[in-house]
Amino acid sequence: MIPAAFEYYRPKDMEGVLAILEEHGDDARVMAGGHSLIPMMKLRMAEVPHLIDLQDVEGLSGITVADTIRIGAMTTQNALINDAALEAAAPILKEAALQIADPQVRYMGTLGGNVANGDPGNDMPGLMQCLDATFHLVGPEGERDVSARDFYEAAYMTDREDEEVLTAVSFPAPQGGFAYEKQKRKIGDYATAAAAVQIVKDGGTCTGAQIAMTNLSDTPIYSEEASEALVGTSVDDAAIKAAIDAMLGDIDPTEDNRGPIAFKKHVAGVILRRAIERAWSRA
Amino acid sequence: MSDKMHIKLNVNGKDEEFLAEPRELLIHTLRERLDITGPHIGCETTHCGACTVTIDGKSVKSCTMFLAQANGAEITTIEGMGEPDNLHVLQSSFKEHHGLQCGFCTPGMITRAAKLLEENPNPTEEDVRFGMAGNICRCTGYQNIVKSILAAAAEMNSAKEAAE
Repeated sequence: MIPAAFEYYRPKDMEGVLAILEEHGDDARVMAGGHSLIPMMKLRMAEVPHLIDLQDVEGLSGITVADTIRIGAMTTQNALINDAALEAAAPILKEAALQIADPQVRYMGTLGGNVANGDPGNDMPGLMQCLDATFHLVGPEGERDVSARDFYEAAYMTDREDEEVLTAVSFPAPQGGFAYEKQKRKIGDYATAAAAVQIVKDGGTCTGAQIAMTNLSDTPIYSEEASEALVGTSVDDAAIKAAIDAMLGDIDPTEDNRGPIAFKKHVAGVILRRAIERAWSRA
Repeated sequence: MSDKMHIKLNVNGKDEEFLAEPRELLIHTLRERLDITGPHIGCETTHCGACTVTIDGKSVKSCTMFLAQANGAEITTIEGMGEPDNLHVLQSSFKEHHGLQCGFCTPGMITRAAKLLEENPNPTEEDVRFGMAGNICRCTGYQNIVKSILAAAAEMNSAKEAAE
């Protein structure tokens, strides 16, 4: 499988990237680790006449942990897994990243690529919605921020303009218990259903919850109602059932080789229950 | 057709320099241009791991990297790990413990396992299985692959202790 020919660019700074994007418009695309884009180019389902490799652009990788956690777009999944400060401050990142693809892919695959690509199967978009992350974009008009919860429009359609680049994500250091639960058919597969959950517990009561689901619609789904169904409860069976019912009202799965709609809804319920129970037990 | 690029690589300690199209996949460069045929083409779709090589300290599936991306990189393949009369510990361990049957996946397995043991010299069986999850074998059922890697880890550790 050999992709169509392309011009290759490896600029050293963002000005260089933006200049190529402006010059070639739709015909140019940026590439991070390439592990979503290259397979599509090999299948000739994606054609990229002007390919901009971001690997040499200064300042796009790295993790800063403070009250707000900031992660550069070119930070690999492998780097997320092996960062002790990040694990201490936001362990859900490592838990999710370990469930993405396989070791080789995680050395190359990046957080930025995973969130910017807009593939509803990717795990990080849902996680970023759970964490109420902000995406930092830069384009010819300068920098702008978009909430992860507003970023996704449809499969592969996001709020990012063609001539913009996602440079980093940031989110408030998460509080309480966490869980990233994913059902997949085999290592390396996308989720049949996945849930990202953060829960804050005070005494025996849930005082805050954030729930997002992956690969159950053409975008990740942040379920406000499912989150609210837990708040003020002791996260007992009735509350979990209410959260699952609310979540099922928000998702819109389609039938594919991972199963029919009824099965996906069933799995979504099972996965969310497990994620809530695990997050609560850690809260 | 796009313009050819001036490519420089270091493969198994040897500098290579040539002109090539950026779209050339690294596995094709290795096998067809440089005659390094240890890395195999199994699935060509990033799943099987038979094409695994080490690039600047990372285990990478070389079917999923454009040559242009690897420009300037240091690459190690199975050929850089041992010789027929001087096998790498992992190679002799796979031989000893029947870690292969048809052998097609073995170069990728061993290249990946070497990186795994470098990062985690004392892996549990679970660590090995999880760390090798990007490499598929259709013969062995993995049991003897895991055994070979654990035995190699033990041997490398006792050699290290003896040296201290």
